[in-house]
Amino acid sequence: MTESSLLIADEPGALPAPGSAARRGRRASRWLPLLRRTGFYLAAAWAAITANFLIPRLMPGDPAEAILRQFQKTSGGEQLPPGAIDNIRALFGDPKTNLFQQYLDYLGNLAHLDFGVSVSRFPVPVSDLIATGLPWTLMLAGVATLLAFVIGVVLGIVTGWRPGRLTDSVLTPLAMFTTSVPYFWVALLAVWVLAFHLHWFPLSGGYSPDEAPGSFGYLLSVLHYGILPVATIVFASAGSWLMGMRNMTVTTISEDYVQLGRAKGLSTWRVMTRYGARNAILPSFTSFALALGHVVGGSLLTEMVFSYPGIGFLLFDAIDKRDYPLMQAVFLLITLATLFANFVADSVYSLLDPRTREVS
Amino acid sequence: MKNFAHSWKVRVGLGLLAVYGLLALFGPALNSLLGLDPRAIDYGATGQPPSAAHWLGTTTGGEDVLAQVLAGTRGSVVVGLIAGILSTAIAVLVGVIGTFAGGKADACTTFLTNLFLVLPVFPLILVVAGYLQGGGVLMIGLLIGFFGWPGGARTLRAQTLSLRNRDFIVAMRMLGERRWRLVFVETMPHLAGWTSAMFLHAVVGAVLAEAGLAFLGITSPDAVSWGTMIQQANQQSALLRGLWWWFVPPGACIALLGLAAGLVNFGIDEIANPRLKAARRSLVKQVDKRARTIAARPEPVEQEIPR
Repeated sequence: MTESSLLIADEPGALPAPGSAARRGRRASRWLPLLRRTGFYLAAAWAAITANFLIPRLMPGDPAEAILRQFQKTSGGEQLPPGAIDNIRALFGDPKTNLFQQYLDYLGNLAHLDFGVSVSRFPVPVSDLIATGLPWTLMLAGVATLLAFVIGVVLGIVTGWRPGRLTDSVLTPLAMFTTSVPYFWVALLAVWVLAFHLHWFPLSGGYSPDEAPGSFGYLLSVLHYGILPVATIVFASAGSWLMGMRNMTVTTISEDYVQLGRAKGLSTWRVMTRYGARNAILPSFTSFALALGHVVGGSLLTEMVFSYPGIGFLLFDAIDKRDYPLMQAVFLLITLATLFANFVADSVYSLLDPRTREVS
Repeated sequence: MKNFAHSWKVRVGLGLLAVYGLLALFGPALNSLLGLDPRAIDYGATGQPPSAAHWLGTTTGGEDVLAQVLAGTRGSVVVGLIAGILSTAIAVLVGVIGTFAGGKADACTTFLTNLFLVLPVFPLILVVAGYLQGGGVLMIGLLIGFFGWPGGARTLRAQTLSLRNRDFIVAMRMLGERRWRLVFVETMPHLAGWTSAMFLHAVVGAVLAEAGLAFLGITSPDAVSWGTMIQQANQQSALLRGLWWWFVPPGACIALLGLAAGLVNFGIDEIANPRLKAARRSLVKQVDKRARTIAARPEPVEQEIPR
C-alpha cells in the first residue's frame, strides 16, 4: 500500500479560495503554508505536553505517593529531602492544590527545563541522564534508519523494474518475511549466533569499558559495538522500504513518460534512475520523513536487547523501576523530538516536490 | 474476486491464515486431546530437546513448548483481532465518516489524525501501560488498537475524498440519499480492498506490538501468548543455555503469520491498484520486444523524400 503524501500540504482546504487569496497578494500566500504548518506543530506540541501532564493524573492511584513509597523501599527508610517531595508533587500532582494551578506549575518547571530528580538514581537530575543518553540513540537509530532506507529503496527499484522476474519473486516474499519477524527475536538470535558462538561482536553495551573515553581506541570500540545493533535494525526495516519502493516502481514504469524514455532509446540505467526511480521515490521519501521522526523513540527494543546506553534503555529502566520523573521527561523528549523532525521533514518535502506546494 | 485466489501467493497466505484461525479456535482443545498442559510444571523433564514425548522440547520449568505454542496462538490472535477491529473501526469512523461530515468535523478529525500520526506510538503505549501496571490480554489489545489507527485513517481519507465527488455518489446525493447510506452502501464497498488490507496489517502489527510489550515486561502474569513465551525464554536466557527450541517457535509463528497477511495483502493490492497487475507488465514486455527487434534490424537506408 502506498502512503498518501504529506501532512498538511495535501489538504484540499489549504487551497486558497479563488477570489480572496489572489487579492491578498503573492507574499502572503507564500508564507501561508509555513504558518499553517508551524501552527499545527505548535498545537501538537501543546497537546503532547498536556497529555504528559494529564496521563499520570488520570491513572488510578497516586504516582507521587507511589514514588515516595518506592524511594523509601529502595533507600531503606531514608527520607527524601523536602525539596524533592515538592518537586515530585509539582510533577505529578498534589491532591490538595487544584488542577489548573498544578498545570501552571508544571509548565513553569518545563520552561526552566526542570524535570526533577531521578528516583531510581537519586539524586541525579533527570536532565543529566537524558543528556548522556541522547547522542547514543541519535547515532544508533539515525545511521540504521538511513542505511535501511538506502538499501531498501535500491533493492525496491531493482525488483520493481522487472516485476515477476527472479529477483522480484525471491526478494519480495523475503521482504514480507523480514518485516513481519519480531525485531527483538531476530536481534536476540543474532546475538546468540554472531556474538555468543562466533565471538564476532560483543554481547551488549555501547562501548568498550577498557578504553578511555575520547581516545581513538574508544571510537573504534563504539563502531565495533554498534555494528550488530545497526545491522539488526536494517535487517528488520529494509523490507518495508523495499515493498513500498517496489510497488511505486511497478506503477511508475507503465507511465507514458517512462515509455517515452524507452522509446527514445535511452539507456536502461538512465530510464530507470532519471525517469522511473526519481518519480517513484516521492512516497518513500514521505515515509522516510516520518521514520526520521521516530529515530529518538524507535530504537527502544534495540537498546533493550543490547543494553545500549541510549534514551530507549533509559525509558525502559524508568518504567521498570517506576521512576516517574525520568519516565515523564524521556517520553516528553521523544514526543517533542518526533514533532520537530516531522516539522523539518514537512518543510523540506514541499521544496522537493513542487506538486505539494500550494497553488497561488 | 475470481482473480483474487488465482495467485499462488494469495492462496498460500489464505491457507496459513486459516490454519492460524483454526489453531486459535481449537488450540486449547487440541492440547487436551494430545494430553498436553501448557502450565504443567515437570521438574523431571526440564530443558529437554525435542523428542517423541515433547515434540518441541520443554522449558526450564519442564513445561511443554508445543502446548504453550498452541495455547499462545489464541492469546496472540485474540490481541491481534481486538486491536485490529478497534483500530480499523476508528480509522473508518475518522477517515470515512469524518470526511463525509465535512466542515468543522472534518477539520477536527484531520487534526486528530495528524496528531496521532506524529506521536511516538510504541513508547506511548509503553508509558500508558506502565501507569496502568499490568492488565490482561483485553486491555493490551485495546491499548494497541486505540493508538494504531492514524495511518489507516489517512489512507481512507484520501480515498474517500476522491470517491466523494465521483458521479455516482454526487448523483445519489442529488437524489436525497441519506448520509449513512451514502457512506455505508455507496462508498464503503469501494473501500473494501483498502479496509481489509488495513485490517490484516493492523492484526499483524498488534501481534508484533504485543510481543514487543511482553518482551519489555508489559504483560499479565497469567496470559499465554507468543510474546510472553519469548519473554520468558529470554528471561531464563534460553538461548545462552542452548534451549533454542523454546525461543525459536513463538517468533517463527509470528513471522509466518505476518508473511501470510503480507501475501494476502499483495493480492488485495493488485485489485485495489490494477496498475500493479500483470496485464500492464505484458505491455512493457511488448515495448521491450519491439525495441529489441528494432535495434536488431539493420540501419534503414535513408530514403529520399519526394518533393
